Amino acid sequence: MGELKVKDKDIVVPGDVLAEGMDFLPAGGAFREGENIIASQVGVVSVNGRLLKLVPLNAKYIPKRGDTVIGKIVEVTNNCWFVDIGYSNHACIPLRDGSMEYIPKGADLTQYYDYNDFVVANITNVSKSKEIDLSMKGPGLRKLSEGRIIKVNSAKVPRIIGKQGSMISMIKQMTDCRIVVGQNGLVWLYDIDPLKEVIAVEAIKKIEERAHIQGLTDEIKMFLESKVGVKNAVQ
Amino acid sequence: MPYNKRFDGRKFDELREISAEVGVIPNADGSAKFKIGKTIAIAAVYGPRVLHPRFLQDPTKGVLRCNYNMMSFSGSGERVRPGPSRRSKEISHITEKALEPVLDLSEFPSAVVDVYIELLQTDAGTRCAGITAAALALADAGFPMKDLISAVAVGRIEDKVVLDVSKEEEDYEGGMADIPIAMLPRTGEITLLQMDGLVTLNELKEVLKSAKKACEQIYKVQKDALRARYLK
Repeated sequence: MGELKVKDKDIVVPGDVLAEGMDFLPAGGAFREGENIIASQVGVVSVNGRLLKLVPLNAKYIPKRGDTVIGKIVEVTNNCWFVDIGYSNHACIPLRDGSMEYIPKGADLTQYYDYNDFVVANITNVSKSKEIDLSMKGPGLRKLSEGRIIKVNSAKVPRIIGKQGSMISMIKQMTDCRIVVGQNGLVWLYDIDPLKEVIAVEAIKKIEERAHIQGLTDEIKMFLESKVGVKNAVQ
Repeated sequence: MPYNKRFDGRKFDELREISAEVGVIPNADGSAKFKIGKTIAIAAVYGPRVLHPRFLQDPTKGVLRCNYNMMSFSGSGERVRPGPSRRSKEISHITEKALEPVLDLSEFPSAVVDVYIELLQTDAGTRCAGITAAALALADAGFPMKDLISAVAVGRIEDKVVLDVSKEEEDYEGGMADIPIAMLPRTGEITLLQMDGLVTLNELKEVLKSAKKACEQIYKVQKDALRARYLK
């Protein structure tokens, strides 16, 4: 009979024994060594039946196919744009996925996206050697021309978005900001009133700082209500 | 003359006072401070980032690059001169080799993870303090690791095995053996074993036993430090 050595929502560090025996299965952030299941990251334990998973408290962004990311154009060649998405390798937007409109042969590609432009893009492919392809074809994928961009820890992105986007839609609703959260930890915010932007930034920073606390949605709601007043906090 | 009492009055199997703190450098991706007696090591992790020159890249996994440095004002100025030297180059190298076995960088091919270890105060056991701090900083940065690495220097003076050698003991007139050891405390696997001086086989066995016990103590301090960052 296997034995669970930790409780749900415990904070564990690499080398901690999570469970003994073959009754449990390791998932992300944990691995099996002989009879034991060991943690390999600093994270919060999530026990789901027999499955032991770690939600990391700090992690590097690892690109996955289908992720929507925000990146900066760092290089323009004659057939693609290279984008810094906060990973060690630069991602590439090939010419054919560069824009919804037709790009004629031999066009000056900086006309579309220039150096230091920020774009919202979708990851279409990640090869085994981690060469990343991006696409700009899709709803909401575009160049970002106004607003501000902040950086958060990519491990906290799921918390910022919340279950079915509950957290982020609350912030959007209460501050009237337009927000795009990239899976790589870059967040774009824009509102005509910069004060509202600042409030949204504060809220997101607060989520990042307190991501491992339970009941965070209520806390953020109270924070936003105190900042923007109750008038926006309908529904 | 028999060595019956240690210079600082510790027991032969007693560590100096140890403390650890994680997240000391906000600008780094991961950082840690480790203090053992008067020796203080700070480690900062940056990356993964692109590795140049390209011929150093490994297309199958990321590369760990450590840099050990004694700060210019550290030490008593007697023997080791702080700053870049053949010695610091060697210690950087053995630090990499001590940490590599637990670190999984397969998600970051062709990239490099930089670890900068700075010694603010040096009073013997600097490479061990550096390795211990670096392991903490890597865990803080969120890299997948099999285990933490704990390290301690054990010595032999006359017929006594002395744990966690201090500077005075390192300079003991009658000669001594200094053996820095790094290990995975959970399994007892050794990732660093150097020796300066002479020991017999039986003494070495005793040294390893003593080191294992000490590393477990250090391991506990390391784990508590990592948790303390989030338990406020």
